[in-house]
Order: sequence, then structure tokens, then C-alpha cells
Amino acid sequence: MTADLILGIETSCDETAAAIVARGSDVMSSVVSSQIELHRRYGGVVPEVASRAHVELLMPVVAQAIVEAGVEDREIEAVAATHGPGLVGALLVGVSAAKAMSMVWDVPFVAINHLEAHLYAAFLEEPDLEMPLVILLVSGGHTMLIVMEGHLRYRVLGGTVDDAAGEAFDKVARYMNLGYPGGPVIDELATQGDPAAIRFPRAMANEGWDFSFSGVKTAVVNHVRKHPDADVGDVAASFQEAVIDVLVDKARDAAREVGAKGLCLAGGVAANSRLREKTLDVCAADGYRAFLPSRAMCTDNAAMVAAAAWWRLQVDGPSPLDIGADPSLRLPIVG
Amino acid sequence: MLVCATHHVDHTCALAAAVAGLAQDGDLILLVGDLGAGKTHFTQGFARALGVTDRVTSPTFTLANRYVGDIIINHLDAYRVEQLSEAEDLALPELLEDGVTLIEWGDNLAPVLPMGRLEIRIVLGQGDDDRRLELTGVGPAWAARWADLETAVADWRVA
Repeated sequence: MTADLILGIETSCDETAAAIVARGSDVMSSVVSSQIELHRRYGGVVPEVASRAHVELLMPVVAQAIVEAGVEDREIEAVAATHGPGLVGALLVGVSAAKAMSMVWDVPFVAINHLEAHLYAAFLEEPDLEMPLVILLVSGGHTMLIVMEGHLRYRVLGGTVDDAAGEAFDKVARYMNLGYPGGPVIDELATQGDPAAIRFPRAMANEGWDFSFSGVKTAVVNHVRKHPDADVGDVAASFQEAVIDVLVDKARDAAREVGAKGLCLAGGVAANSRLREKTLDVCAADGYRAFLPSRAMCTDNAAMVAAAAWWRLQVDGPSPLDIGADPSLRLPIVG
Repeated sequence: MLVCATHHVDHTCALAAAVAGLAQDGDLILLVGDLGAGKTHFTQGFARALGVTDRVTSPTFTLANRYVGDIIINHLDAYRVEQLSEAEDLALPELLEDGVTLIEWGDNLAPVLPMGRLEIRIVLGQGDDDRRLELTGVGPAWAARWADLETAVADWRVA
């Protein structure tokens, strides 16, 4: 089954988003009502605040996406929503709304895996990306190294054994009272510091495809406890360098191992300027394509949900209406 | 209160395994301690001792993870929960019905938690890998097992 015009909805964490995408790659509108202001005072994503805000924001965001796309409701041929992984209360808001709209408009409902949606963000800006592709998916909740061998065909090479990369950024920033969200704050501060000032550990650097970011977080805590006057820029830059080093080195090794045609970043941490810079350097040196989605497409958005739905609908058809939110959904692995 | 000292993360995991040996369905364990104290490591050692083979990762983003070993293990994280009213989303009463539940940053939730529980406070020590673990039984749930707990953690006990 195909549907040319898909309405995508994303409410898995702190963004309420809706988008209209044509044929899986033509973004006609993408509206993200960032809730960051609401969360800033808490220093993190607060689940109940997230659920309530999604309820209030979702329909205005959907209406705006439809208006901006310049389409009529009746032209929408499918409605897709993220159904996991994420915060269960937040997921339910998007899933319930999408099902309701699909019933009213009598069009298919498509339940989408948030991780798969992130992988499809790249195809929104570069529909002809060649595979195999190595994708480094890094966000507040996830750190995964994935090989995409064809559409909807992935292998997960490795993931974090403790904290996600983005979680380490957030926790270090909060520990040092730098503000929320931690990623952009550290990225900015790091430009004023020396990345070689402190040698923080590169955990599991030469051990397989998995990652560990708990140790570097603890090392920063220990360093700041012993050196309360340490230059904040130096600490930020050195911490960031330790995390990015491991991420890029493993992604590079993976690309070599599978003979990748390209290396692609996905997830919120993909907006980090040092990660982007190092990825470009490595790809240029090794002679394959680097694909760095725009910052808007790295972070949570609904266009990527609609893009993934375009492919899913062709292969699996519509999702049953009794499918629910699944907070611990994993990336589907097909041989 | 039992006070233990460990000097390596592996010791903390071993101590957690010793505590796990006494765990029962319906137990609630609060893990309290600053960033980097080793709350997730404690849970990893605890879960492994109870036969969990899945990877135990930080629940900060997902808020609640569930593992099935010899008994069910619920692993929660209240790091991002700063108002007690928000704890409702964690669905604690339902979770506590089966398995043993470990809550990181559990002190955030202490006022709304049931009385019977074990509190483990992990404090960073002098050396980078030194940790002091303070075990306190709250309510009757652990009173009957206290002597067994003293024996189980004797290797690390300092007070």
C-alpha cells in the first residue's frame, strides 16, 4: 500500500510535533512546538508536564502543519505516530490522536518506531543515500551504532552499556550548574576551552562496538570535586572531546568493517558541532560520504515519522488500531 | 544502620549481589547518592546476581525498566521527577505489586513511598573509586532479615 501524503505525529519525549510529507521525502510542513521553556526550570524532562503539554499542544500543532502544507484534511492519505520508545504518557497522546484522525478521515494509521524514524531523517534531505550506510544514533535516551543494509533492514552493531551520550551531557551540565539542555550549553562552552586540558577516560575505546559513558561522567565529577576552580570551558571541552572521540572512532571502524558508502549521524547529539566536525574529517580522510542532517532533522520532529511511515506502509500495510504505546520498543531487526 | 566501604566498582557490584541474595518479591530498595556514585552499577550487580542476562542501562530517560530474572526486577529513576505529583506517572503501586523494585534518586520520592523499604546511600570517598554505602532498614520489611544482611555484607562492613 502507498499513501503519497502522510501526516506524521511525534510526542515521544519533550517535543510536540506534526508534519506533512509527500512520498517519503518531500517535507511540505514540519512544526515542532518545543517544550524546552517549560522544562528548563526542572533541569530535565518531567513526565507529567510532558504529557499534559502534549495534550494542550498537539491539535494546534497538527492544524498548523496542515495549513503550512497548504493541503486540505481530505487530501491526507495516512496518519502516522510514534508509538515507542519513550515516555508512556507522552506516547499515548500522539498515538490516540493519530488513531482518532485515521478513523474520522477513514485512512490508514501507521505506528512508527521512534528509532527507525531517526534513521529516516537522513532520507528527508538526501533521498538517494547509498547503502550500506553506517548510522550513529545519539540522543538523550539512545546511543546506537547501526548498519542500514537496505530500506527497513538494519543491524545493530552496538549500544551503550550504561548511560546514553546525551544523558552524560545533560548530567554533567546539571552537575556543573550550566543549565538545560546540557548538550548545546556544553557545545558552546567548549569553544572557549582547551579539549586537551584534562585527559578524561575513553571507556571501551578498543573493545567491540558497545559504548560506556558512565565512567567519563564520574571522572568529571571527581575532577570538579578536586579542582573546584577548574576552568569551566576546559572541563566542558575535555569532557566533550572524550565522548566525541569514542563515538567517532567506533563509527569509523564500523564504516570500514562493513564497507559503508557513507556515515550518517542521527539523534539530538548529532547537532553537536564538534561531532559534526570530526565526522566530516574522518569521512574525508577515508573517502566515503558523511551525511549530517540539518539540526532541525537531528532533533525530534514529525517529518521523520512521516518519512518512515511511507516505507513501512508499503511493506507492512496499515497498523492495527489496537496497537498501543510501547515505552521500551526496540529497533526491528530483519535479517 | 550498616556501613560498608568499597574501593572498586566491582566490589560495589559484589556487595549488591550479596544484598540481592536476600531480596524477596515486593521489596523496595531506594538508591540514594550523587551523580557518579554508582547507583546504576549497584543495580547491575544486583540484577546479574538474580539471573538477569539483559543489559541493565540507566533508566533516566525511560524512567522505568523491567527485567526478568529469578524474580522480576523493576528499575526506576526519579532523577527527573522533582514534584511529588509527577510521581503518579511512574505507576508505583502497580510496579510494587510484583518483583523487587530499585529506585535511583529515590529520596526524591520518599514521602510518597511505602514504609517498608531498604535505603542504600552511596557516598563518594577520598579516592576516585572509594565508596561508602550506608544501609538502613525502614519499617518492618527488613527487620526480620537484618541479621542475615549483616552476615551477607560482612566482607565490606566497617561500622
